[in-house]
Amino acid sequence: MNTETILSFEEAMEKYEPVLGFEVHVELNTKTKMFSSAPNVFGDEPNTNVNEVCLGLPGVLPVVNKKAVESSILIGLALNCKIAPHSTFARKQYFYPDTPKNFQTSQYDDPICYDGWIDIELEDGTVFHVEIERAHMEEDAGKLTHMGGSTGRIQGADFSLVDYNRSGVPLVEIVTKTIEGAGSRAPELAKAYVAAIREIVKNLGVSEAKMEHGNVRCDANVSLRPHGQEKLGTRTETKNVNSLRAVENAVKFEIQRHAAVLDSGVAITQETRHWHEDTKSTTSGRPKSDADDYRYFPEPDLVPIVTSAAWVEELRATLPEPPAERRKRLQADWGYSDLEFRDVVNAGLMDEIEETIAAGATAAAARKWWMGEIARRAKLADVDPAALGVTPAVVVEIEKLIASGAINDKLARKVLDGVLEGEGTPTEVVAKRGLAVVSDDGALQTAIDEALAAQPDVAEKIRGGKVQAVGAIVGGVMKVTRGQADAGRVRELILKTLGVEG
Amino acid sequence: MAAINRDDVAHLAQLAHIEMSDEELDRMATELAVIVDSVKSVSEAAGADVPATSHPIPLTNVMREDVVGHVLTVEEALSGAPDASDGRFKVPAILEES
Repeated sequence: MNTETILSFEEAMEKYEPVLGFEVHVELNTKTKMFSSAPNVFGDEPNTNVNEVCLGLPGVLPVVNKKAVESSILIGLALNCKIAPHSTFARKQYFYPDTPKNFQTSQYDDPICYDGWIDIELEDGTVFHVEIERAHMEEDAGKLTHMGGSTGRIQGADFSLVDYNRSGVPLVEIVTKTIEGAGSRAPELAKAYVAAIREIVKNLGVSEAKMEHGNVRCDANVSLRPHGQEKLGTRTETKNVNSLRAVENAVKFEIQRHAAVLDSGVAITQETRHWHEDTKSTTSGRPKSDADDYRYFPEPDLVPIVTSAAWVEELRATLPEPPAERRKRLQADWGYSDLEFRDVVNAGLMDEIEETIAAGATAAAARKWWMGEIARRAKLADVDPAALGVTPAVVVEIEKLIASGAINDKLARKVLDGVLEGEGTPTEVVAKRGLAVVSDDGALQTAIDEALAAQPDVAEKIRGGKVQAVGAIVGGVMKVTRGQADAGRVRELILKTLGVEG
Repeated sequence: MAAINRDDVAHLAQLAHIEMSDEELDRMATELAVIVDSVKSVSEAAGADVPATSHPIPLTNVMREDVVGHVLTVEEALSGAPDASDGRFKVPAILEES
């Protein structure tokens, strides 16, 4: 059970300054593994994507995946890193069943990418400059499932089952320098940083970047020091934070926990902490100890990677537009205000709106639909707006139907209902549901005559010059035509019928 | 380089999961000290301007294309395992997280 006492975040902030650091592991989406030609596929039957190398059998030799090296360099370039002209692999040695060789092949002294930076923009536009210490290549470990016991956690487990499909999957570990000065924005910055890394690797096309699949994983380092103190406090490293919200919550929790520990006059234990999504808290893993003596040494079976300037420049030339720059460009193109654009980004609808505009809608119409009716329905259905089932083509077609006068805004929402219920394209839904605006003046005239006869006093008022009273008659007509009339045309016809100038 | 002592050997043995008797620790401390001394003479020969050698042969960039090769069947993969269950390797529960 978690019996940690914590301070309120506000009180923690009054007394201490948080310092952060992140290690983000990115799984590359190469077809094969880092050092073997076994397939790199998520979600297959256990131990079906393994060969001798992934299992660490005696006498096997690893061979580096060139694509994985190039993906690593691309990540480094996107993070403004220097690319090492000469880098080597090293063995990181520890005993644990997820690593059948009893070492993980990684990089130590000379990572392929180093000394980079990335500017992180928070939701309100505040920018933090985060420095990247290094980004190095390594391999993922196998997956353990703890069996027995009651909790499904390792505590109380009787034994573990190991699947080595993930063993040897290429990883790039991105390590920041210490991040100071975030203050009370620290939890938010943590979330935004991981989101930015995820966005960058997805945009590069080098990773599937799904946190729920473990493609992007974050270890968050947190320490506190009293305001004004230069010396860094003792840090803890929280693992298993595998969603953006969890990153934010875990950093916030650790700040509050550290503050309570320090307040009670006790020193922070340098240790690994485990994040628990269910209790929204961390528990102690193990203290840093002798077991952390990994005895790195150069991997004798892998020769150094030498990157020529020509190779690096060739890769640099393939870099896509960075996400942050793309956002600036799109906002300018679309003419959205800062607030409008931020709402679009936060709703995760930038791609959809871009595609909708490319398909022929105006920027205003694309925003109106995605941020309005579609977002509203997505919220009701508790799904992402992009996953609701409305495509840019649907939005464009509905807009065209409105522009041509075939339907009005009210009918358009019914058309959307039909599309979402699988009745076909907007045009097909209009035909099937008979949703077209009643534009036959004869049919409208009948409805108008009836409405006027039903409300003779109102008709009299209008004749007497109270033109604003026409709304009541328009309402009556719209009711009779079940919203399928063009309200503007109805108004015209009513005034004409009564011989009044609009 | 400081001489290697008995405590260092005991520490290394623990890290490497090698059980050693007191007598073995004594003997290895002496033997390893000789080896460390020998290595030290290499450090003396190389000047500060000579980078550490990670590989004895001047070979770089041995890489393969990203093309899927062979895999083992589950049966083959598990054939050398001391214990298996449900298509997976069965291992004792180890509380220490890596």
